[in-house]
Amino acid sequence: MLKINNLHAGVEGKEILKGIGIEVNAGEIHAIMGPNGSGKSTLSSVIAGKEEFEVTEGNIVFEGEDLDELSPEERAHKGIFLSFQYPVEIPGVSVTNFMKTAINETRKAQGLEEMPASEMLKKIREKSELLEIDRKFLSRSLNEGFSGGEKKRNEIFQMAMLEPRLAILDETDSGLDIDALRIVANGVNRLRSKDNAVVLITHYQRLLDYIIPDFVHVLLDGKIVKSGGAELAHELEEKGYDWIKQEKVSN
Amino acid sequence: MELKDKLVSSFFAYEGNGLDVHSPIHDICSDAIKKFDKKGFPTKKEEAWKYTSLNAVLKQNYNLYPKGDTGLEFKDVMRYFIHEIDSYKIAFVDGRYSSNLSATSHDGLDVCLMSSALSKPKYRIIIENYFNKVANTEDSLTALNTAFLKEGAFINIPKGKVVDKPIQILHFSTGKEPALMLQPRNLIVVGENAHVQIIERHQSLTDNPVLTNSVTEIFANKQAIVDYYKIQNDKQSASLIDNTYISQKRNSHAFVHTFSLGGNLTRNNLNFYHKDEHLDSTLKGITIIGDKQHVDHHTLVNHAYPNCESHQDYKGIFGDRSTGVFNGKVIVEKEAQKTNAFQQNNNILLDDKATINTKPQLEIFADDVKCSHGCTVGQLDEDALFYLRSRGIPAKEAKALLMYAFANNVLESVKIPEVKARINKLIAKKLGVNLGFEL
Ligand SMILES: Nc1ncnc2c1ncn2[C@@H]1O[C@H](COP(=O)(O)OP(=O)(O)OP(=O)(O)O)[C@@H](O)[C@H]1O
Ligand SMILES: [Mg+2]
Repeated sequence: MLKINNLHAGVEGKEILKGIGIEVNAGEIHAIMGPNGSGKSTLSSVIAGKEEFEVTEGNIVFEGEDLDELSPEERAHKGIFLSFQYPVEIPGVSVTNFMKTAINETRKAQGLEEMPASEMLKKIREKSELLEIDRKFLSRSLNEGFSGGEKKRNEIFQMAMLEPRLAILDETDSGLDIDALRIVANGVNRLRSKDNAVVLITHYQRLLDYIIPDFVHVLLDGKIVKSGGAELAHELEEKGYDWIKQEKVSN
Repeated sequence: MELKDKLVSSFFAYEGNGLDVHSPIHDICSDAIKKFDKKGFPTKKEEAWKYTSLNAVLKQNYNLYPKGDTGLEFKDVMRYFIHEIDSYKIAFVDGRYSSNLSATSHDGLDVCLMSSALSKPKYRIIIENYFNKVANTEDSLTALNTAFLKEGAFINIPKGKVVDKPIQILHFSTGKEPALMLQPRNLIVVGENAHVQIIERHQSLTDNPVLTNSVTEIFANKQAIVDYYKIQNDKQSASLIDNTYISQKRNSHAFVHTFSLGGNLTRNNLNFYHKDEHLDSTLKGITIIGDKQHVDHHTLVNHAYPNCESHQDYKGIFGDRSTGVFNGKVIVEKEAQKTNAFQQNNNILLDDKATINTKPQLEIFADDVKCSHGCTVGQLDEDALFYLRSRGIPAKEAKALLMYAFANNVLESVKIPEVKARINKLIAKKLGVNLGFEL
């Protein structure tokens, strides 16, 4: 589904990603872990098409198509979704109107009719119940004044509404209380199928207790330095990153 | 001949604008033309006109005395009215009253014409008490309008009357003249405890140049509520100088919303004068322009009594080579203790070539006051744009959404839903998008 080949990317001449290779297949869950500043959010932004970053080498292939020339919206229309580490506050646009626009613009791009209002409402109700989001929330301005946890939950609500093929969750677990973590994880698990894939970026093993990854990758200074199964996350939780750094040096 | 000379000489050729010497305003008009003759049109040398030049606009050879009825029918111009609601209507075509486009009234209130207010004895006392009483007689454009006073809307709401439906004032120009200058003059007197909502629009129907120099005087007596909407979405061949003066008495509330989405050059001189305590004034505006359009908001709130409030919130979005000006003057006189005066002007420049000159001008002589002002000039937030696009909303729509969101505070306070819906539509059209919902 997603194939990242020797990806180098940076901003204003500064290289942040220094040759990343990952392959994600349909039905899989990948976790990416790594210290602060190692390039995790940059990687997810580059996949989602943020123009601020420049790809200097390598490429990203999604469903057999090189994403290089595609705008963020075109990538979204193909089924790529990014749950932001820091969701942006947009005063003056309600969650509901935002969702309606996003869904209908996506449908338009896919050559589909607009979603009938009744169906939209039903879907909004269903998904907000799944994530235990209060209806009052939906008429509020997007992310404006939302607490950290509320923002994250709202990201997963959007994901549930858009039903992407590939969801990249950038530290969605950070800032969630214990109940919210369970609710969000449940939401993600409900979306899982053999046709879609999830990339989880996280600092903690906690989330991986709920959503068990098939692969865990360690990103260090813009490179994937180690990959393994779910057990690697436990090891990192216990030992931190130093041993990997040392391993890297001795190699 | 220069426009100024043409105006002055034609005034005298028509013998003092055709007014007989017994008219209650005969002397006012004669004084006014002298004032205009002395001062002439404002130039960029004047501080208040530093960023707005009338030069190009004044070069046209305007006809000052257009011919009469043009047979315009309601269906031809219906779309310029807020036709979804029942309303009183006062419509003018090329400066003259159009009875077939209008729906006036004398039933419990007066929604009629300036010309009849000036000629009928029963209105004489109102004219004497109110006409030219709040307008700045030192202002040359206001004086010019006064001198050429012929027609406009006259609205008189008696004490205690809550007007059942909005009043629409529309000025059409048909393009029958190659170039036309209009000078409508409106007088609006709102009695004690009376409520009124007014919608005003100037609309040119062809691309022939039009210059409108309008003066509106509004008097909000004790406890009156005046809710005024100016829809400025004219052709790019039309220029407008709107001089509006509002006088407020105790406990009155006056709201003016100005939506500037069109026109060639638009200058809004919006002036509030407080004549007593415990009243508030609200001035809000949305400006969205492009090409080489120019919109200038000059506001004045004169706090002369204690315990009053003023709220100003203007949003501007400027594309292409368009230019904007915001100059918000707030005077708090020595007596005006416990004044609350707030002013906000936020701008987005969409292109390198677009400009905005924004300047708060606070002159505070009282010590116990709360005054704040803030102006910002920025671009659309790139992170917000990326966020929206990453959800599948195309760049153009995402930008429009952010612009809507930016202007939303002002839209939200529009009290007539149909006006709000219309402004929404006009904005969407201006931005070239269909978002499928209203904010
Ligand atoms: N727009 C930018 N301009 C300059 N430097 C940037 C920019 N974006 C990211 N960086 C730098 O790139 C590096 C990687 O940042 P990134 O946000 O991808 O890290 P991260 O792995 O997500 O960290 P965290 O765990 O703290 O979220 C950091 O050193 C950061 O300062
Ligand atoms: Mg990050």
